[in-house]
Amino acid sequence: MSTPILEVNDLKKHFPIRAGFFGGTTGYVYAVDGVSFSIAKGETLSLVGESGCGKSTVGKAILRLFDITAGQVVLDGQRIDDMPYGTLRPMRRRMQVVFQDPFSSLNPRMRVRDLLAEPIRNFGLAKDSADLERRVGDLMDRVRLPRDAVNRWPHEFSGGQRQRICIARALAAEPDLIICDEAVSALDVSVKAQIVNLLQDLQKELGLAMLFISHDLAIVEHMTHRVAVMYLGKIVEVAPKRQLFAAPKHPYTEALLSAVPVPEPGAARERIILKGDVPSPIKPPKGCRFHTRCPYAFDRCRQDEPQLRQTEDGHFAACHLHDLPAADNPLAGARGAAVIAHH
Amino acid sequence: MALLEVENLQTHFRTPDGINRAVDGLSFSVEAGETVAIVGESGCGKSVTSMSILRLIPEPPGKIAGSIRFNGRDLLKMSDKEMRAVRGNEISMIFQEPMTSLNPVLTVGRQIGETLRLHQGMSAAQAEDRAVEMLKLVGIPEPQRRVKEYPHQLSGGMRQRVMIAIALACNPKLLIADEPTTALDVTIQAQILDLMRDLKRTVGAAIVIITHDLGVVAEVAERVIVMYAGRKVEEAAVGKLFGSPRHPYTQGLLGSMPKLGSSLTGDETRLQEIPGLVPSLKKKLEGCVFASRCPHTTDLCRKVAPALEEKAPGHIAACHYAIKEAVAA
Amino acid sequence: MSASVLSPGDVSAATVKAAAPLPDIMPPVKVRKGLWGFMYRNPSIAIGGTIVLLMILMAIFAPLLWTVDPTALAPARRTREPSAQYWFGTDMLGRDVYSRVVYGARVSLIVGFAVAFCASVAGLTIGLISGFVRWADGIIMRVMDGLMSIPSILLAIALMALTRGSVGNVILAITVAEIPRVSRLVRGVVLSLREQPYVDAAVSCGTRTPVIIWRHILPNTIAPMTVQATYVCASAMIVESILSFIGAGTPPIIPSWGNIMAEGRALWQVKPYIVFFPAVFLSITVLAVNLLGDGLRDALDPRMAKRL
Repeated sequence: MSTPILEVNDLKKHFPIRAGFFGGTTGYVYAVDGVSFSIAKGETLSLVGESGCGKSTVGKAILRLFDITAGQVVLDGQRIDDMPYGTLRPMRRRMQVVFQDPFSSLNPRMRVRDLLAEPIRNFGLAKDSADLERRVGDLMDRVRLPRDAVNRWPHEFSGGQRQRICIARALAAEPDLIICDEAVSALDVSVKAQIVNLLQDLQKELGLAMLFISHDLAIVEHMTHRVAVMYLGKIVEVAPKRQLFAAPKHPYTEALLSAVPVPEPGAARERIILKGDVPSPIKPPKGCRFHTRCPYAFDRCRQDEPQLRQTEDGHFAACHLHDLPAADNPLAGARGAAVIAHH
Repeated sequence: MALLEVENLQTHFRTPDGINRAVDGLSFSVEAGETVAIVGESGCGKSVTSMSILRLIPEPPGKIAGSIRFNGRDLLKMSDKEMRAVRGNEISMIFQEPMTSLNPVLTVGRQIGETLRLHQGMSAAQAEDRAVEMLKLVGIPEPQRRVKEYPHQLSGGMRQRVMIAIALACNPKLLIADEPTTALDVTIQAQILDLMRDLKRTVGAAIVIITHDLGVVAEVAERVIVMYAGRKVEEAAVGKLFGSPRHPYTQGLLGSMPKLGSSLTGDETRLQEIPGLVPSLKKKLEGCVFASRCPHTTDLCRKVAPALEEKAPGHIAACHYAIKEAVAA
Repeated sequence: MSASVLSPGDVSAATVKAAAPLPDIMPPVKVRKGLWGFMYRNPSIAIGGTIVLLMILMAIFAPLLWTVDPTALAPARRTREPSAQYWFGTDMLGRDVYSRVVYGARVSLIVGFAVAFCASVAGLTIGLISGFVRWADGIIMRVMDGLMSIPSILLAIALMALTRGSVGNVILAITVAEIPRVSRLVRGVVLSLREQPYVDAAVSCGTRTPVIIWRHILPNTIAPMTVQATYVCASAMIVESILSFIGAGTPPIIPSWGNIMAEGRALWQVKPYIVFFPAVFLSITVLAVNLLGDGLRDALDPRMAKRL
């Protein structure tokens, strides 16, 4: 196997909580607390989880929109988390981002041409102004927007069209990796399908690697090669898509799958309804972070923190249940079909 | 007689660049105890419909026409005072954002009790007892303690439960839920949907649920109304709508949703796209509202707006071409 | 759920059922485009802007507006009542009040606009530094807090006491007093803009910080700045009048609404018109500038624009 395009090792990001007159630190938000994964060239890895689980923070940490607390971010063999900003700048070209809200992702006071030209100019990708113009036109073709729309302002476009502009801007830098931070979550169903298809086509055509951050499991299943599930700042399960959806090996993944409403009225499925809410990332629970809501928790879960371990080939989960004999392990079978529902 | 009969509802807004015909000629009815979902994408007029039923549309710039009969009385002909006696009492509403729909400076108990004291003339002590009872009903642990807490002390899911408790406090006959789970995480959404299913059995109120999520529709609704560009394009029982949708828009919506579990069944097809954009509602539309995006459009569609027709028993669609007899597809 | 239930072939024109046409429930909207449309939709801008414009024209063309030398003394004709010859009467030195009021507009408007401009530029610079340079933020903001704890009129009086009365010094004194308000606003706007996804996207696109400030932050502070500048302008006109009224402002040789009122003060009970006319002009101008500001705030607020 060749070097992965992106490797994240034990990434931690703790945001200090400042309070009082002198702004002293009174505690930390453990937003991301030890996350490791890698993405191969041309691969899509999805990071799923509920709000506040730290998935967006991981994305921003990789992009180095802030400095991380601990760990490593390695882009194509080079560590970028401790690189000085001057050296980092050319590396930024190789990873680009598409955010959730298409309305605040585009500077309202710049025309589409200038929005797309910005990364091309910054990274010196165009030979001359004619080349720049040609590149901008090509980008518009790629995202299936009319070329003459480059002279228009962002507010003249609908949400879906703006998201196409955001994708075009990300492509302008000719990246190897695109981070999609909830990139289709704010869109209407019919528009969402257009953007999902566009992203898939682009990935195939350009061989892009993708980190697809989302809370929507159905879209994730449609888009991705592998899935990493996050809960309270940690990855609780990583597996190739088919394995994860067929046989989730972490109770949280199982509950997530069971909670997604499916458009099949009267579908016979087993429901696992988790009790309570996600605990605060300021005071994460001792032991397994999920034990407060886990339907299968036993004594050990309240004491020991489980580590991410391989349960079968390429399938990792952080759960003590897998130390029990198979007969006592509720997650031993292929549970996916039961909780997702099939006729 | 149905509990709620909406007939030819038109809600229009005056804007500087034309009249926005947000809802145009919508008719539907809701039977007592029934759950009806109104589904559609943003701007289809589903939320405006719910606001119109409760007469929460500011006039001007808005204007409502048609009739909305609740228990035989036309809500649009009522005085403001009569309407206030209906709101929160006989018809109540749950909003999308549990954070902003609760008053941050009043305790949860006060907010539940307020409607009871207002509509049912309860004393403060009675209202508090009832508030505790309501919190227990919506599954909030330790209701005696929670009733004295403020909204900021509760999590998002708890707040939505409190909203439901407030809405149900006066035993309404009709509950309108406008995107009740959209702002919630999926595991919390599952809790709330479960609660709503339970409450439907125990409380017996009719529910109109407004959502863009077809998954939520399939989980809770009995009958579904699909709206597009301010109009109803299809209506059917939930099984029929998902099983054999008649309107090309509904078909497109279902086709554009990825199915959970598709990787297991090997059903990983490319998502269907509905090309183009929703037409502007500020211009008068000629022909079918969906003509500009429909894969089957003909000249007829562009010229003549199709009437809503019964295509199969209890299955209504506004399309010239969806044939009358059900064909096993 | 396939499309096979649709069969476009087998429908004859006879079976087509058209939907009943829907009535209009509102009279049609006349869409007004261009400048007139803008004015129609934003009456406060139209009214406020027109009055401000008239005041500016009056100040510029003061000599052509049937005025006489506003400083010409004529002791024989002092304290005349308003008449066809002396529209606003004459003051205790026989000077024509109408001419003095018209010329007085110059000082008020110059001070108002100059302070608005200078305070905006200075506030913008300080606010940008404060919003971007983390270590400087605490120091700058504490200094601004200190300045804000002194009432701006007192601060202006104190500064004027250090210098000689001239229009330039008045502008300087009021500007210093107004800077904290503007820089706090800019800092707030900058901090919220820095959180915008498009700024994060620009960082990921390799844009350098100075370019981000120039291209992504600065243009988006202009709208709230403009609104704030109008309020600063209105408040500066009032402060200027107060300074002149108490004799700490423009020298008495230059007529300004403040010092005209100050000179009429002694005769207020018998000759109220000397105070009345400059007071009315000051009130109307300040009101117009504030109206303009309110109108701009509504027109430039993106949240308002997105509604409906």
